Parts: sequence; structure tokens; C-alpha cells
Amino acid sequence: MNIVVCVKQTPDTAELPKISVAEVTSGDIKTTLVLNPWDEFAVEEGLQLQDRFGGDVTVVTVGEEKATEALKDAIARGVQSAVLLSDPAFAGSDAWGTATILAAAIKKNGPVDVVLAGKQSVDGNSGLVAPGLARKLGATLLTNVTKIVDVAGGKITVERQLEEGRETLTASLPAVVSVSKEINDPRYPTFMGIRKASKAQIPVWSLADLDVSAGSVGQTAALAQWTDLRKPAARSSQVVLVKEATVEATAAKLADLLMAEKVI
Amino acid sequence: MSILVYIEQFNGQASPVSWEVLGKAKSLAGQMGGKLAAVVIGNGVEAVANEALTYGADVVHLVEDASLAAFRIEPYAAVVEDLVKAHSPKAVLFPATTRGRDLSAVVACDLGAGLAADCSDLAVDGGELTAVRPVFSGNMLTTVRFVGPLAVASIRPRSFPTPEADGAAGEIVRSGAVMAAGDIREQIDSFEATAGGEVSLTDAKIIVSGGRGVAKDPELGFKLVKDLADSLGGAMGASRAAVDAGYIPYKHQVGQTGKTVRPDLYIACGISGAIQHLAGMGNSKIIVAINKDPEAPIFQVANYGVVGDLFEVVPALTAEFKKRL
Ligand SMILES: Cc1cc2nc3c(=O)[nH]c(=O)nc-3n(C[C@H](O)[C@H](O)[C@H](O)COP(=O)(O)OP(=O)(O)OC[C@H]3O[C@@H](n4cnc5c(N)ncnc54)[C@H](O)[C@@H]3O)c2cc1C
Ligand SMILES: Nc1ncnc2c1ncn2[C@@H]1O[C@H](COP(=O)(O)O)[C@@H](O)[C@H]1O
Repeated sequence: MNIVVCVKQTPDTAELPKISVAEVTSGDIKTTLVLNPWDEFAVEEGLQLQDRFGGDVTVVTVGEEKATEALKDAIARGVQSAVLLSDPAFAGSDAWGTATILAAAIKKNGPVDVVLAGKQSVDGNSGLVAPGLARKLGATLLTNVTKIVDVAGGKITVERQLEEGRETLTASLPAVVSVSKEINDPRYPTFMGIRKASKAQIPVWSLADLDVSAGSVGQTAALAQWTDLRKPAARSSQVVLVKEATVEATAAKLADLLMAEKVI
Repeated sequence: MSILVYIEQFNGQASPVSWEVLGKAKSLAGQMGGKLAAVVIGNGVEAVANEALTYGADVVHLVEDASLAAFRIEPYAAVVEDLVKAHSPKAVLFPATTRGRDLSAVVACDLGAGLAADCSDLAVDGGELTAVRPVFSGNMLTTVRFVGPLAVASIRPRSFPTPEADGAAGEIVRSGAVMAAGDIREQIDSFEATAGGEVSLTDAKIIVSGGRGVAKDPELGFKLVKDLADSLGGAMGASRAAVDAGYIPYKHQVGQTGKTVRPDLYIACGISGAIQHLAGMGNSKIIVAINKDPEAPIFQVANYGVVGDLFEVVPALTAEFKKRL
């Protein structure tokens, strides 16, 4: 079975509040960059599918050269092969542009059965790359997957979590699967893995290596443009600490305050 | 037609956020100079279409077929795309539920339209739709501007008030499936509904959440949290530390890697207020913190706080609300 895992390099979540508007606008974010937390689950699921069904796992990312570190993180966890998709022409791509690049790379890589992605990225927060990729590849789309039950006979059966409950769904292959946090417990990079990753020669594919027209990717092709990037207004609340003689009196006072706020 | 709103229904019940979006779209459609249309897809869902009329849709496209009885992405997307091609709206809006987000993405990608996902506000500027969305996990906001003739957006629950249901002056236009049943590439094998009576976190007006602070007796701790939530008719949430420790299932997790919520009232019990937790609940209208550590960061975002043991404070609050409500 051929498995491709799409990963993104994103800022460490603990440092997100520190990022300035200028850093985002210039594209030069100075915080620690890590494998998008949601993608740890996608990488783990790729490795588990390989254990269950055999085959190859390839991890891919669209990014600058520094995004190689996210690929190395996946290699350190046990993935055998990786490709960096990098070209100045890719910069500023929106989700559809990123999906176009990924789809072209996946096709070039060879026949694919399952493409895995994280639920969303902690910077873009859109969850659009997986649906976009499914459409560009002509694959079925399975999002918010909590369990891959089986892959057999050209079909995949999964469980997904929806607002009203849990659904079991069978779809034809190839499929693009975005995974929920519940799907597994990601393994950590091992010492041997980190050594292997540090020596890995990761191929870089540019625009010229892919069947992608320059006009369909990058900033100029982006159909949804971020403008007026700003920090949200800080909560102007100064906390009111409630403290009465007894816990019952404290509860009564707090109840009074909340009823006065008309939130109850 | 200026705006088309997708009304999500499950078992004949519309999701509340669908009406919130429709209500907002009503005022935007006027500014964009055209009619407001809604689309309801399913089988035996005429009641939902009628409801959409009462919330102000000028036209409701009611698309019914046995093959559309349960949501499946491709046949549903085919219906919406067909309507867009036939009526050329300037914008298509979706509720940002799991299905709504998927559907918005497939429709926008297929039609080559820009999409703003999980928006918290919408406006019209120079006759064009603009959408505000939180990015960097709520640490920044951006106003999305769309390139091209069609704008697509999905909107978070509780971004807009539920509109008043008045008149039903519009008309219902019926049609059937667009995709042949035999071409559908996915099949639902089974569905296990969440236990009844539970209030959905994302739609909840009141949320009471528990964190690692319940550690000395997690079972009792979450029972106390649930009792308080029940006494207020609210939903129960949790921090990741509580979920990871196995005190409570993941579906209750609020935060960066859990749900984003926006209740009127959020009561955090034994939660320190880590940045990843705040990412999920920082937009709550009123935040109450119950924590025994006066230095806990949650007090920096809270409107009201009680420094104390949640095992004492939470049941006292429940008793108080039971007296009053
Ligand atoms: C990539 C990533 C994603 C994450 N995503 C999320 C997420 O989605 N949601 C999330 O919540 N976290 C998330 N986290 C984890 C986050 O960083 C914190 O570890 C977590 O929120 C802490 O949970 P807590 O407040 O319950 O526990 P703690 O930080 O341990 O706080 C427990 C609090 O309880 C108080 N307490 C203890 N006993 C009592 C008592 N008897 N009465 C009253 N108070 C008491 C303590 O004073 C303390 O403040 C994420 C972290 C990472 C790295
Ligand atoms: N630049 C990228 N390269 C490879 N995969 C990506 C990239 N951006 C997003 N993805 C994948 O798509 C998922 C959802 O990201 P997003 O649509 O940006 O929220 C991520 O978890 C990744 O699996």
C-alpha cells in the first residue's frame, strides 16, 4: 500500500502569542518552528497503516528550506522517505495552491492509496488543504477520522466523529484522510531515528519538477487574501475576586453577579 | 440572488448556527443588492425549508432524494454547485460545523472560488463580501478579501444572534439529486448517536469545564462539574490535561487541539489557563475562574474569580443556582 503523509511546519503553539503582525506579513516568523501538532497524528497513522498493511510511507511538505526540519521530525519517528516541495513561486499560495502543488507531487511520486493530513494547521486554522487535495487528486475525502477500521479491496472503512455522533463510512481508494487527535498516540522520535534524520538527504522538487503551471500557485493565484492582519483587542477585564465569610455566601454573591450580567 | 446559505440539517433538525448565518445573511444580501436564498438538502425535510422561510429567506431550494437522506460529501456538493452555476450568487455561506466546513471546501475548490473558513464576522464593503477570521489559533485576526466573482465562507457557531422568526413571504423551489446514486463513492455503514440530551459544546450558551484540578478525585470532580453545568442548562467542557489523564473523553476538550467555543458564560474549574486552553475559550463573554492558586494565569482573563477548592466552591454554586433557577 502506498501512503503519503502531508505535513506542515508551524510555530510552537506556546509561542503563538508572541508572533507579531510584521513577522507574518514578511513571512519571516522568528519563533521556534515545529511539526504542526495535528500532523503528529497523521505521521503516526501512516506508520501504523504500514505496520498493518505493508507498503511505503512518504512524507511531503510545501515550504521553504527550513521546513526540512518538519520532514526530519517525521523521519526521526520512523518514516523512510521524504520530499520537500520548495520554490519561490510557491510562496504565498492559498489552500488551493498548496493542494495543487501537493497533488502534483503525489502523482509524480507514483500510485497512491491513502493520503493522510492533519485536521488543521495551528497557524492557518483552515482545514482546507485535505479537501482541496482530495478534489485535485480525484480521491474520496474522509475528514475528522478517529479510526481506520480496514483498507481492503480498493476500499477504506473509517470511523469519524461528527457533532451528533460517530459514523462508520466506507469509501473507494484513493482516499484523502484527515485525522482527529483521538486516532492514536503519536510515538516520539527515537535516538536512532534522530541520527538517521540528521544524515538523510531529502530531495527537493521545485516548480520545474512538477506538472504545475506557475499561474495556478503562489500569492498571485490566491483567491482568499488576508488583509488588515491585527491582534485581537485584549480582554479588558480586571478580575473581580469574590470572597465572603463562608463558601455558601461566596457562591451566593457570585450567583448575584452573574445574574446581573444577564448571562444566566 | 446575491447570497446562498446552506442550511445544515441532521434527522430533520437544523443546526442552530444555520439560522444564525441566515439571519446575518439577510442584512448582507440587502447591502449586496440581491435576494437571499437558502438550500436545504435531505429527504423528507420540508419542515426545515419552511423554517428557513420564517427566518427570512426569499427563496428556499429544497432538494430531496433518497440518495440525499444522509449527508455524503459528493452528492451534497453536486447539489450546491449546480445551484451556484444556475443562479450565480456572489457569496455562498455555510455553518462551520464538521460537515459544513467540508462541504464549503469541496464546493469552493470545485468552483475555483476563494474560501474563508471558520469566520467570526462578515461584512459588505463596496458591494463585496469580506470575512473576519481568527488565525494563529486566535492570536490574530484577519479580514479576508476575495478575488473573483464568487466568495465562499464558513461561519463559527455563536458568531451572530439567532434571528427572530417572522413572516414566511418567500417561496420554496423543489428539485432532486444531481449526482446519480450509483456514482456515489462513499457509503455510510452505521451511525452511533451521542447520548441524548447532551448540549453541544460549540452551540452552548453556558459551559462549565474541569481541569487537572479535579485530580484528587477525578470522578467526583467531574460529577460536580457536570452537576453545575446541568443546573445551568449548559454543556460540560474540559482541559487537555483532564482529557489526557483519562478523566473525561476527548469530545469535551476545549482549546487549541479541542473545540473552539464562544459561550456567554464559561466557568473554568481547576484549570490553570494555559495559552492552548485560552485559544479555545478566550472569546467567551464572561469567564469565571475557580482555582485554589491565586497566581493561576486564568485569573488574568477571568471577569470573576473565586480562589478556593473547587470541591467546595462548585457544589455550593450548584446549590445556589438550584435555589434560584
Ligand atoms: C500542541 C499543544 C496543544 C494543546 N492543546 C490544548 C487544548 O486543546 N486544550 C487544553 O486545555 N490544553 C491544551 N494543551 C495543554 C496546555 O498546555 C496545558 O497543559 C493544559 O491546558 C493544562 O490543563 P489544566 O489547566 O487542567 O492543568 P494544570 O495546568 O495542571 O492546572 C491545574 C489547575 O488546577 C488548580 N487546582 C488544583 N487543585 C485544585 C482544587 N482542588 N481546586 C481548585 N483548583 C485546583 C491548580 O492551581 C492549577 O491551576 C496543549 C498543549 C500543546 C503543547
Ligand atoms: N504547506 C503544506 N505542506 C504540506 N501539507 C500541508 C501544508 N499545509 C497544510 N498541510 C496539510 O493540511 C492539513 C490542514 O492544514 P490547513 O488546511 O492549512 O489547516 C495539515 O495538518 C497538513 O497535513
